[in-house]
Order: sequence, then C-alpha cells, then structure tokens
Amino acid sequence: MMGLAYEDTAVGLSFDLGSYHFTREKILEFARRFDPQPFHVSDRAAANGPFGKLAASGWHTGAGWMKCYVATNQREEERLRAAGKPVSPVGPSPGFVNLKWLKPVYAGDTVSYRVKVTDKRLLASRPAWGMVLTFCEGFNQKGELVFSFEGRALTQRRQ
Amino acid sequence: MLHYEDFSEGQIFDLGSYYVSAEEIVAFAREFDPQPFHLNEEAGRNSVLGGLAASGWHSCSILMRMMADAYLNRSAGMGSSGLDEVKWLRPVLAGETLSGAMEVLSKRVSSKRPEMGILKCRWQLRNAQGEAKLDQVGVNFIRVRAP
Repeated sequence: MMGLAYEDTAVGLSFDLGSYHFTREKILEFARRFDPQPFHVSDRAAANGPFGKLAASGWHTGAGWMKCYVATNQREEERLRAAGKPVSPVGPSPGFVNLKWLKPVYAGDTVSYRVKVTDKRLLASRPAWGMVLTFCEGFNQKGELVFSFEGRALTQRRQ
Repeated sequence: MLHYEDFSEGQIFDLGSYYVSAEEIVAFAREFDPQPFHLNEEAGRNSVLGGLAASGWHSCSILMRMMADAYLNRSAGMGSSGLDEVKWLRPVLAGETLSGAMEVLSKRVSSKRPEMGILKCRWQLRNAQGEAKLDQVGVNFIRVRAP
C-alpha cells in the first residue's frame, strides 16, 4: 500500500487517510440503494429505532474508509513517482476480519480514517508477494472510535 | 414481522438473486473505490481480477441489499455490531447474476439487554455457476417478541 513494496512496508507504519462527511443526503442515497432498513431511510423510523436518529449504513461507513484509503494511496504513489522512486501498486485483498461498528454515524458527522501496519508475512504459495496486515479505524468529530477492522492486502515484493 | 423467536439454529434463508451490471460497478467505484480494475473493462482484464470487477465493498453492499429485501425489512431488526470475517473469494464480474443464502449458526439473547436477540449467521454469494464469491460471518440483532 501507499506505493511501497513489501520490504518497505514496516510494521508500525501508519497513515491518516483524511475524512468523509456524512451528509443526510449521502446517508439516504446510500441506504436507499443498498441498505433500506427503516432506521437508515426514515427519520420517523430512526427516532423509534436502535440508534435514536438517522444513522448511516455500516457499509457506507466502510465504503467511506475505502474512498479515503484509495485517495491517499493515489496521492502517495504520485509523490513517489514525482520523486523518481519506484511505485509498487496496491494488490488485491482476500478480505478482512473483526469488523466493528462501535457507534452509530449520524447525519452531519465527519469520520476521519486511519490505517496502521500491524504485521506482515511472506507467502509460500506466491513468492512474488507478501501479505500485509493492518488495523483500520474511523473516528467521529468528537474523537470517538466508531468503526474498525483488521485488513489484509497482498503486497508485491521488490523486483 | 419476524422476531428473534422466529429464527432457529440451522435455518437457511434464500436471499434471492441480484444482477450486477457494468454501470453499477463503475458508479460505485467512482464514488468509493476508483481503482482502474473497478472502473474500466480493459484495465480489469489486464489485472489479476480478470475483468471489470466490483469493489469488495460494493459486493458487501449488494449482499446487504439482498438481506434487507429477503428478511431484514420484515424483521424487527436492531442493526449489527459487526462481522467476524469477510472473505472476497473470487472477483464479482460485470454481467454476473449472484444468488445469496444465509444460515443461522447460533442464537442467544443479550445478557445486558433482554429485549435484544443476537443471531450469529453466515451469508454467502454465489454466481450462476455456483462459485462462491463472498462469504461473511457476523451478527444480526433482532428484537425479542416477548422479553
């Protein structure tokens, strides 16, 4: 990730990914398309629902992380390219574990996202690649952790 | 309206089917995951994904929609705290029709909140050839009818 080859992706490395603002319109648009549970698409249902007021779909919170992650990756790759350094494109992910929706994300909230490298390992089955493990988080404007998951991404070894 | 009591361990739900168009893949990717293999057929073919492929977050969102349509919107749903595991097993490619299934793995009532039931479930998406594309294990909170 961030244009870095496996060897340069050090455990402990972390990146602020920027933030995503959850407007009421974006929350409703996402939920109508992908998660039309009453508490995501109706103020009245939300008032009587588990979150007390209109809240974003958990997958919207996740997609917001990805949006910020991809934008940061593209910026970092551009920076390396401009400096004449090699760029290692981000590899595919086999999935993730322990995704937690810790607090509701409400209309008007801004979530700031982060990624931190927690571990890495070489793969016997794919000698050109390694697996990088990450801890990924989202904090609302009050600094409360609202979202986290443990990600993983295939990462190319230095050629 | 389905409540916690209406779900049983081992129960399997058909989540119906969902056609994934190239337009939908590109629209989601433009907004949330603008990597070339999610935006462009040729870039997808030249990548390890083998074609224009949906963002993994898009396939999770598609599964969410199928869950809402199949059972959550006729259940007393209370949201979810998260997922133990999400596996993107194979790329979801443009033009595929996915079918979904859910299995109730276990159920219990929250010890702190007796009005809230916790279903541990596995959800899967497969294509028309029966190849598994997405596998999730996690929880749904469903209200208890008679706490």
